[in-house]
Amino acid sequence: MSADALLEVRNLRRTFPIRGGLLQRQVATVHAVDGISFEVKPGETLGIVGESGCGKSTTARLLIRLLEPDSGTIAFDGRTVGGAGGIPIRELRRQVQMVFQDSYSSLNPRCTVEDTIAYGPSVHGLSWEVANARAREILAKVGLDPAVFAARYPHELSGGQRQRVNIARALALEPKLLVLDEPVSALDKSVEAQVLNLLIDLKRDLALTYIFISHDLNVLQYMSDRVLVMYLGKVVEYGPVESIYADPRHPYSRALLGAMPSMDPDRRGEQATLTGDPPNPIDPPPGCRFHTRCPHAEACCAAAEPRLSADASVSGHYAACHMLVPGSGHSAAPQIAA
Amino acid sequence: MRVRERLLADPVTMAVALLLLIIVVMVIAAPLIATYDPTSGSAFARLKSPGYPGHWLGTDEVGRDLWSRMVYGGRLTLLCGVAPVAFALLVGGSLGLVAGYRGGLVNSFIMRGMDVLYAFPSILLAIAICGMLGSGVGNTILALTVTFIPPIVRISETITTQVRSFEFVEAARASGATSASIIRFHILNNVLGPILVYATSLISISIILAAGLSFLGLGVTPPDAEWGLMLNNLRQAIWVNPLVAALPGVMIFMTSMCFNLMSDGLRTAMDVRL
Amino acid sequence: MSVSGITEAATVRRAAAAISRAAAPLVRCERLTVRFVGREGTVHAVNGVDFTLEAGEVLCIVGESGAGKSVTLRAMMRLLPDHRTQIAGRITVGGKDVLALDRRALGDLRGGEVAMVFQEPMTAFDPVFTIGTQIIETVKRHDGLSERAARQRALELLEMVQIPSPARRVANYPHEMSGGMRQRAMIALALSCRPRLLLADEPTTALDATVQIQILQLLRRLQRELEMAVLFVTHDLGVAVEISDRIAVMYAGRFVETGSVRAVIRAPQHTYTQGLLASTVHGAMRGRRLEAIPGAPPNLAALPPGCAFAPRCRYVEAACATAVPPETWLDDARMARCIRVTANQSSA
Repeated sequence: MSADALLEVRNLRRTFPIRGGLLQRQVATVHAVDGISFEVKPGETLGIVGESGCGKSTTARLLIRLLEPDSGTIAFDGRTVGGAGGIPIRELRRQVQMVFQDSYSSLNPRCTVEDTIAYGPSVHGLSWEVANARAREILAKVGLDPAVFAARYPHELSGGQRQRVNIARALALEPKLLVLDEPVSALDKSVEAQVLNLLIDLKRDLALTYIFISHDLNVLQYMSDRVLVMYLGKVVEYGPVESIYADPRHPYSRALLGAMPSMDPDRRGEQATLTGDPPNPIDPPPGCRFHTRCPHAEACCAAAEPRLSADASVSGHYAACHMLVPGSGHSAAPQIAA
Repeated sequence: MRVRERLLADPVTMAVALLLLIIVVMVIAAPLIATYDPTSGSAFARLKSPGYPGHWLGTDEVGRDLWSRMVYGGRLTLLCGVAPVAFALLVGGSLGLVAGYRGGLVNSFIMRGMDVLYAFPSILLAIAICGMLGSGVGNTILALTVTFIPPIVRISETITTQVRSFEFVEAARASGATSASIIRFHILNNVLGPILVYATSLISISIILAAGLSFLGLGVTPPDAEWGLMLNNLRQAIWVNPLVAALPGVMIFMTSMCFNLMSDGLRTAMDVRL
Repeated sequence: MSVSGITEAATVRRAAAAISRAAAPLVRCERLTVRFVGREGTVHAVNGVDFTLEAGEVLCIVGESGAGKSVTLRAMMRLLPDHRTQIAGRITVGGKDVLALDRRALGDLRGGEVAMVFQEPMTAFDPVFTIGTQIIETVKRHDGLSERAARQRALELLEMVQIPSPARRVANYPHEMSGGMRQRAMIALALSCRPRLLLADEPTTALDATVQIQILQLLRRLQRELEMAVLFVTHDLGVAVEISDRIAVMYAGRFVETGSVRAVIRAPQHTYTQGLLASTVHGAMRGRRLEAIPGAPPNLAALPPGCAFAPRCRYVEAACATAVPPETWLDDARMARCIRVTANQSSA
C-alpha cells in the first residue's frame, strides 16, 4: 500500500482452538480474524466497527502484540514487527499502546492511580521518582488534578475518571499510536462527551494517531477519518467516513447504519434491517460470510468469497461484495466493460 | 491504606489484638516473670489449687509451678502456632503464584501434587510426618507447615488465575513488563490480602494441632512446658483438681479465639467493598 | 401469526381498557420515595416520583447511572431488599396498592399482572433449567394450567417472540442460546401470563445494534397487540425515542421533565434534558466540539438542599439552591422541574 503509512497490516490471521473431550483434543476452531489488511496514516483516526464476534477486539490485541498472529505481517513506521531485522516487540510496546474499555478489571484495585500510571515507565528503566513525576504530569494532561487524584484508588473514582486514568496509563510511555478498544461504551452519555473531547484534544496536542474501535456508529462517525467495517473476522468495507456513511456499499454496512435508532419520533423503522443474530465465528459459512443473512444472497455468494474492490467514483472506498464486481455471477453485478 | 484505618476503628479487633499483645509480652518476658524453674517439681506440693502460698496458679501433677509453666509453655505453643503458618504462607503462597501464572503443565503438576496432600486429613498427615521424623518442636513445626501448604496454595492459585485474566495485567504486558515484574507488582498485592486473612485463621488451628500432637506424645516432649502437653499430663487430674487441669485448656482456647477474631476483623476491614 | 389464547384475551382486554381509560389509569405512582439505609449512611435513591400510566401506553424513564431509574422500577414490584430499604408513597397497579400487599398477593402480582424484563438475560434465567421449564413453571403457578397446556402455551409464546424452531428451543438451556435469543426468551417468559404492565430494565443495552432494533420493534409490536402498559428504563435517548409514547427524564431520584416523546425531544425545557440531547453524539456534530454537561452526578447519600442539578447548570441562580424546584405543569401532560420554566411557558 502507501509508503507513508504509520501502520500497515497484511493478511492478518488468528484462530483459537476449541478443545473438548477427554483428551482435550481440538474439536473446532474459532476463526477470530481471517485475513484482514488495512493501513493507518499518521495523524488520522481509523474507526473499526462491527458486532460481537467480528474480531475487532482480537485485532486490537494482535496490533499491540498481546496475541501472536498465526500468519500475516504488521509493519510499524516502515519496519516489520517481530522477526529478524524488524522492530523488537519491546520497542513496539513503547510506540503502540492500548486504552481499554472502562471495566471492573481495567485498573488494579489495589494500586493507586499514580502507581498504575507510573508502572509502565518504570518497567522501561525509569526510576520510580521520575516515573511518578511523569505520572502526575500526565494526570494533569487528562484533566485530573494530581494533588487530588494521584493517591486515589480505582473504587474511589467515577467511570469517567477511571477512563481518564486508563488513557493516562496508555500515554505514559509517549506512544505514537493509540488503539482504543471501546473507550466510551461503558460511560454515561454526558461523560462520554467529556472523554471524547479529551481524546480529540490529546490527539491534537500530542500528535497522536488513533485506531478507534466501537460498536457505536454515531461515535465513530464523529471521531473517525476513515472507517473499517468488520464481519466475522473479515473486512467487508473500508473507506473515508463521509463516503461510507453517505453511501454504504456493502449490505451489512447498510444494515448496520439502518439499525441505528433515529432520534426522530416520527421516523421509527417498522421493519428491522436484519434478521437473526450475529453468527458464531466457529466454522463460519463458506463463501461470503454474510450470505446467510444477506437479503441479496445468490448462489455465487456461497461459492466464492468476494474480494475488496474499489469504488471508481470515490478514492479509497472499498467493499467486499459480489454485487460490485463485474463478472462475479451475481445478478446485480455491473456488466463487464467491453 | 484504608484497611489500617478500618482495623484501628474496629473495637473487637483492637480489644483482641491488645489481649494477644499481652499474652505475647508475657511469654517473651517469661524468664523475668516466672517465679520458679518450670521443669523442677516438688513431691510435696502436687496439684495444689490456685492461691496456694508461693504458687498463685497452683501446681501440676509433679509439683511444678503452674504459673511458670504457663508463661514458658506459651512460648512453645505460640511458636508452634505462628511459625508453621508463616512458613506455609511463604512456600505455599509462592507455589500458588507460580502455578496460577504459568498455567498449563506447571499448574497441573503443582495442583495435583497438592491434591495428594489434601487427600489426608490434616491431623493424620501431621501425625504421620511427626511419626516418621520423631517428636520435638522442630519436627512439629515442619509437620504442621507441610499440612498447611496445600490450602494456601489453593487460595493463592485461584486468585492468581483470576487476576491473570484481568485487563490491567494485559495492560502491564502491553507496557513491556516481564512476568516477574507483573507478578511482583500486580498480582502479589491482590493475592496477599486473602491469604493473609486465611493464614491468621490458620494460626488457631495450628495451635490446636500442635497441642494435639503433644497430647499424643509426638510434639513437645516432657519435661518441656507446652500448653498441649500440660493439658495431656493434667488429664487425670481433672478428678482431683479440675481448676488446675483446665487452665492450659483455657489458655489454648483464649489464644485461638483471639487469632480467629483478628482474622475476622481483618477480613471485614479488607472487604468493605473495594 | 395468530397466537390464539393470548390475543383473544387481548381483544377482550382492549375493550375493557377503552372503558377503564375513562375511569382511572392502570398505574398510579404517588410521592414515591426510596431510601437505602446502610452502615455508611443513607442513600436517597428516589426522592418523590409521581406519574400515571394508562393501559397500552409506553413510558420511558431516561437518565444516567445512579439517577434512580432501576430502583423506581423495582419498587413497582417490591423487588428491593426488605431489610435496608425504606419505601414511602403509594403505588397502585390495576387498583391494587402494591406497597400494602401481603406475601401471597404479591406473589400473584409478580409475573401475573406485572412482569419484568431484565438487562442481562443470562443472569435472569436459572442456568440449570431449560427455558421451557421456566416458562411452564410460571404459567402453572399463575394460571393453574396442566403440564400439557402449559407446554403448548410455551411454544406459542416462543413463536410470538419470533424465535425460530420453537419446538427445539424450548428444550434449550440459557447458555445454549445467543444474546438476542435469550432476550426474546425472557420477553416470552415475561409475557407468559398476559401481564397488564411490563417493566423493562434496559433490556437492549447489552445487545448488538442490529439485534437491539429487532428487540425494540418486537416489544413495540407486542405491546400494541396485547394492550400492555410498559415502563421502560434506559440511558439511551435513541432507544427512548424508538419505543416510547411519553418520556420522563430522571436526575438524582426525581423526574425533572416529563411529556410526550415528541414534545420533550423537539423542545426540551429542563437544562439537563437539553444537555443530554446536546451531548448525545451523532455524526452531524463532526468537526464541532461536543457540549458536555460539566461536572458529575451528585452523591445520593449527600444531596444538596435545593435543585440537585444546580451545581452543573449553566443558568443557575441563587434561588436554585434554597429549595427543590416544584413541578411546573405546562399543560396536562408536560412537566418540568425548573424555576426558569414558569417564565417561558409559551414554548411547550
